[in-house]
Amino acid sequence: MSEKKTNRRDFLFTATYAVGAVGVGATIWPMIDQMNPDASVKALASTEVDVSAVNPGKTITVLWRGKPVFIRRRTQDEIAEARAVKLEDLKHPEKDEDRAVNPEWLVMLGVCTHLGCVPLDQKGEYNGWFCPCHGSHYDISGRIRKGPAPTNMEIPKYEFVNANTIKIG
Amino acid sequence: MSDHEYTPKSKFGKWFNDRLPLLTLANHLTDYPTPKNLNYWWTFGGILTFCLITQIVTGLVLAMHYIAHADMAFDSVEHIMRDVNYGWLIRYIHANGASMFFLAVYIHIFRSLFYGSYKAPREIIWIIGIIIYLLMMAAAFLGYVLPWGQMSFWGATVITNLFSAIPLVGEGIVTWLWGGYSVDNPTLTRFFTLHYLIPFLILGLVVLHIWALHVPGNNNPVGIDIKKPSKDTVPFHPYIVIKDGFALLMFMIVFAFFVFYTPNILGHADNYIEANPLVTPAHIVPEWYLLPFYAILRSVPDKLLGVVAMLSAILILAALPWLDTSKIRSAVFRPLYRQFYWILVADVLILGYVGAMPAEGLYLLVARVATAYYFLHFLVILPVLGWKEKTLPIPLSITEPILGGSPNLATAKNKESLNK
Repeated sequence: MSEKKTNRRDFLFTATYAVGAVGVGATIWPMIDQMNPDASVKALASTEVDVSAVNPGKTITVLWRGKPVFIRRRTQDEIAEARAVKLEDLKHPEKDEDRAVNPEWLVMLGVCTHLGCVPLDQKGEYNGWFCPCHGSHYDISGRIRKGPAPTNMEIPKYEFVNANTIKIG
Repeated sequence: MSDHEYTPKSKFGKWFNDRLPLLTLANHLTDYPTPKNLNYWWTFGGILTFCLITQIVTGLVLAMHYIAHADMAFDSVEHIMRDVNYGWLIRYIHANGASMFFLAVYIHIFRSLFYGSYKAPREIIWIIGIIIYLLMMAAAFLGYVLPWGQMSFWGATVITNLFSAIPLVGEGIVTWLWGGYSVDNPTLTRFFTLHYLIPFLILGLVVLHIWALHVPGNNNPVGIDIKKPSKDTVPFHPYIVIKDGFALLMFMIVFAFFVFYTPNILGHADNYIEANPLVTPAHIVPEWYLLPFYAILRSVPDKLLGVVAMLSAILILAALPWLDTSKIRSAVFRPLYRQFYWILVADVLILGYVGAMPAEGLYLLVARVATAYYFLHFLVILPVLGWKEKTLPIPLSITEPILGGSPNLATAKNKESLNK
């Protein structure tokens, strides 16, 4: 028994364990993956929004994939304010030019990047959004300035279908 | 379980018991030798069993009327409250039952902390208990989501988002938990399934908890090992059964007070507003029994570290048998530990209070100090106390300090604190 020699039996054991592990894995995976978003959820992936009625300085909230999307038509002052912020003052440095390609329109997920609450409009110390749950302050570009949230509010994929219609997703 | 041999009296009983020794088990549970000095803090095990059975029975009945669908869940709960015969009673028992369950489990845990019940040879009982406690929190959270009110929805959003703090895979895990891109119908149906499952897992663990308890037997207020059976023990039935029964009656009075007089005081008014994914309530707080951990989460300004701190605060309890280095179990004979114990109780109560308050200004400062102290207690104070503290002499048996004959005067004097 003390001899440490690999023999045919060891090989058979190892091969059996390996095949068994693959079999178990292949059986468990469908049980796990069934919990991921299904085809019907994925099918609702894009929304078109008519923004012609939104005046400068106003925000509308639309539902996309079950989450709120803020669409804010910013005033010239707000745009100037957002663009004047220095990158080194930001916790998550992003230029406003990259976040709002058309500077008048800020389209972003209205979801606090801390734990997913919906921040309140025109509140907080940076003239942007404030999350009531755990006190994160965002600026007028939706960038995190103060509080526990780690990153800026997310910009979803969107495009202007025409001058008055935004397609999100 | 080193019981004396048991033989049923009847012929049928013998025949049956030879094939399935249920009667031997029943005999073991009846005769089970119990320390005769157990006080009323020891009655909460029985009370907790009652709570679990109450939740399972009322939950089973509620599930006959509840509809786990995002469009219908809220209305079906109102239907239970207004239309179903005695539906209001059953739901109020179930909802307040969760709070009563946690009230009892906290007393049970703090009894263990005071009398050192987690120490050798009872570490496995303790760890199974911590797992039960974790499952209780999971069940309570999942159950709170089912009425699909505003607090349900946003509580579910915030708690599931805790997983997004995990680097790299966090977002994927959250999407997987939700079954979509936000808390929605797929989330509700799976939460209902898991909420239904967990109580039965708890039931299984309770059996293991009691089984593990019956190997060394109960700890006791003096915290010494006793001979079983001996003059220091009484049989479980009728002595403990009657005492547990009386304590249970007292507990049920408190329970009934909440159910019949203030059934909503422990809930949040916001949860009577149907879930709205566009509006977060102004002030989100979890149920009272999770507040201390919520305070710890919020006291750390970093997202990932906050989640780590909160989980550690719970999991650190599992390491308690090894963090507490003192050989003496009961705080009765540990004058220093006794003081730190009460400071810890106060610390947890303070954490609970600031957890319910907005996380800003003085509240945040207090939460941070209390969080630091919580970890200090377990990681520094307990290990150091074990070799620094001068403990009082422990009696040789439960009867000794009462009947006298102690060779040690200090022990005899200490009699008074024993009787408390």
